[in-house]
Amino acid sequence: MDKQKTKHTINKDESVILINGLYMSFDDLEVLKGIDFNLFKGENVAILGRSGSGKSVLIKIIVGLLKPDRGEVIVLNQHIDKLGGKKLDALRLHIGFSFQNSALYDSMNVYQNLAFPLTMNIKHLRKNEIRSAVEEVAEAVGLKDKLKQMPSDLSGGQRKRIGIARTLIMKPEIMLYDEPTSGLDPITSAEIIELINEVQQEFNTSSIIITHDLTCAKNTGNRISILLDGKFLKIGSFNEVFDTNDEEVRGFFNYNFIQ
Amino acid sequence: MKIYSKDKYIFSKGLDDYFSGVYKSYKFTLQFFKEVFKRPFHHRELVNQSFEVGLKSLALISLTGFIVGIVFTKQSRPSLEEFGAASWLPSLIGIALVKAMGPLVTGLICAGKIGSSIGAELGSMRVTEQIDAMEVSAINPFKYLVVTRILATSIMIPVLTLYCTCVGLYGSYLNVHSVETSSIVAYYQNAFSTIRFLDIFVSVIKSVVFGFTIGVVGCYKGFNASQGTRGVGKAANQAVVLSMFLIFVEEYVIVQVSNWIQYF
Repeated sequence: MDKQKTKHTINKDESVILINGLYMSFDDLEVLKGIDFNLFKGENVAILGRSGSGKSVLIKIIVGLLKPDRGEVIVLNQHIDKLGGKKLDALRLHIGFSFQNSALYDSMNVYQNLAFPLTMNIKHLRKNEIRSAVEEVAEAVGLKDKLKQMPSDLSGGQRKRIGIARTLIMKPEIMLYDEPTSGLDPITSAEIIELINEVQQEFNTSSIIITHDLTCAKNTGNRISILLDGKFLKIGSFNEVFDTNDEEVRGFFNYNFIQ
Repeated sequence: MKIYSKDKYIFSKGLDDYFSGVYKSYKFTLQFFKEVFKRPFHHRELVNQSFEVGLKSLALISLTGFIVGIVFTKQSRPSLEEFGAASWLPSLIGIALVKAMGPLVTGLICAGKIGSSIGAELGSMRVTEQIDAMEVSAINPFKYLVVTRILATSIMIPVLTLYCTCVGLYGSYLNVHSVETSSIVAYYQNAFSTIRFLDIFVSVIKSVVFGFTIGVVGCYKGFNASQGTRGVGKAANQAVVLSMFLIFVEEYVIVQVSNWIQYF
C-alpha cells in the first residue's frame, strides 16, 4: 500500500463532519454536554477518554444510530440527525463503522460477511464482480486466505481486520473506529494501528478513532482530542494536547502511563 | 446530571413499563405490516428461514403427533366401548386432531423450539451489535431479519399442523389396527366423515395465527434484547412463555368465534 501514500492529503477547508452544541442523555444520565467538533477531509482524529465518557455514543450519533437531544450533526453536508429512510441509508453508504467487537455475522463465513453489504446495496452484480471486490478488501487487510472460515474460527485481531474490510468494501469517505485495539495484545494492536493508517492513505478516508489507548491515539491521529465528563477538554496535535497543565488531562495521561 | 424526580412516572415504574411495552409491541407488529409489502423482498432469506422452521422441526412434530394420536386413541377407547360406541373412535380422533389437538400441539411445540431459537438468535445479534452493523451498512435489519422470520413461521406452521394431524391420525390408526382389523383407507374415511370444510379452514387459520404470534413474539423479544448474555437468555425465555400464553388465549377466542359463525 505504501506506493500510494502520495494520494492522501488533508484539506482543512473542507469539513466532512461538523458538530455544534451536541447534547445527549439516557434517562437521568447526561452523557454529552455541548460537544463542538469538526473533522477535515482526509484527516484522522483520535478521541481519547475514560470508559463511559460518551465516546461511543458520539460516533453512534454521527452514523445516525442514536438521535441527539439537542445540537446539530452535519455529515458530508447533510444533517444526519434529521434524515430517515432512504436518505439516511444513502448517506450511510459513505460512512464505514468498525465496531468494538467487530460485529461479524456469526451465521455467515468471512466471504459472505464481506459480500453482504455489497449484495444488499448494489443490485445485479455478477458473481465474479462480487468475488473480485471481496478479494480486494480481504487482501487489503491481509486475510485473503481466511475467506472460507467462520468468524468463530478467527482470532480477535483477525476479526477486527475483517470488520474493517467489511466497511471498506463500500469505499466509504468516512471511517469510524470504535476501540480498534481494545482486548488485543501489543503486537496485534500495532498491526491494527498500521492498518488504520494504511486505510487513510490508500482509501483517502477521514476517520474518527475512539480509543483509550494512548499508543493508538498517538500513532493514528493527526489530531487528538480528550473527552471527559461529556465535554472535549482539549483538541490538537499529540504534542499540543500532551504539553498541557490542565490537571484533568494530565491525570488521564498519567493514569495511562501507570497502566 | 438531571435531578431524579418521582413525578417522572405517570402511574408507577412497573405500570408505565407494562403499558410502554404493550405500545412498543403494537408498533412492532404494525411495522411488520408496513414493511412486508415494500421492496426489496428477501426471497432467499425467506426460504432459509422456512427451511429452519419447517424441515428442522419435522422430526419433533412427527414424534409428538404420532404419540398424541396413539395416546388419545388408547385413552378414548374404554369410555367409548362402555357405551358401545367404539366404532366412533376414528371420527372422535379426527375431530379432536383436526379441530383442536393438531394446531394446539404444533403451536406449543413450535413456540418452544422456534420461538426460543428466534428470541436467542436475534437477542444475540442485538447484544453483539450485529443488528447495528446491518443498520450502518444501509441494510434494513427489520426487513431482513424480522419480516422473513415472521413470514416463515406464518407459512410453515400451518403446513406442520396439517402434517402433525396426518401423523397423529396414522398413530391412531396403528393403535386401532392392533386391536381390530381395519384398512387405513376406511379409517381415514371414517375420521374425515364428520369433518367439514369450515373445520379445516378454521384449523388452518388458527395455525396461521399461532405461527404469526410465535414469529412476532420471538422477533420482538430478540430484537429488543439488552443487558448482554443475560438479556439473550431472558429474551429466549420470554419468547416461549409469552407465545405459549398468547396461543392459549387465541385458541379460546378462535373457538368462540368459529362456534358463533357455525350458529349463524
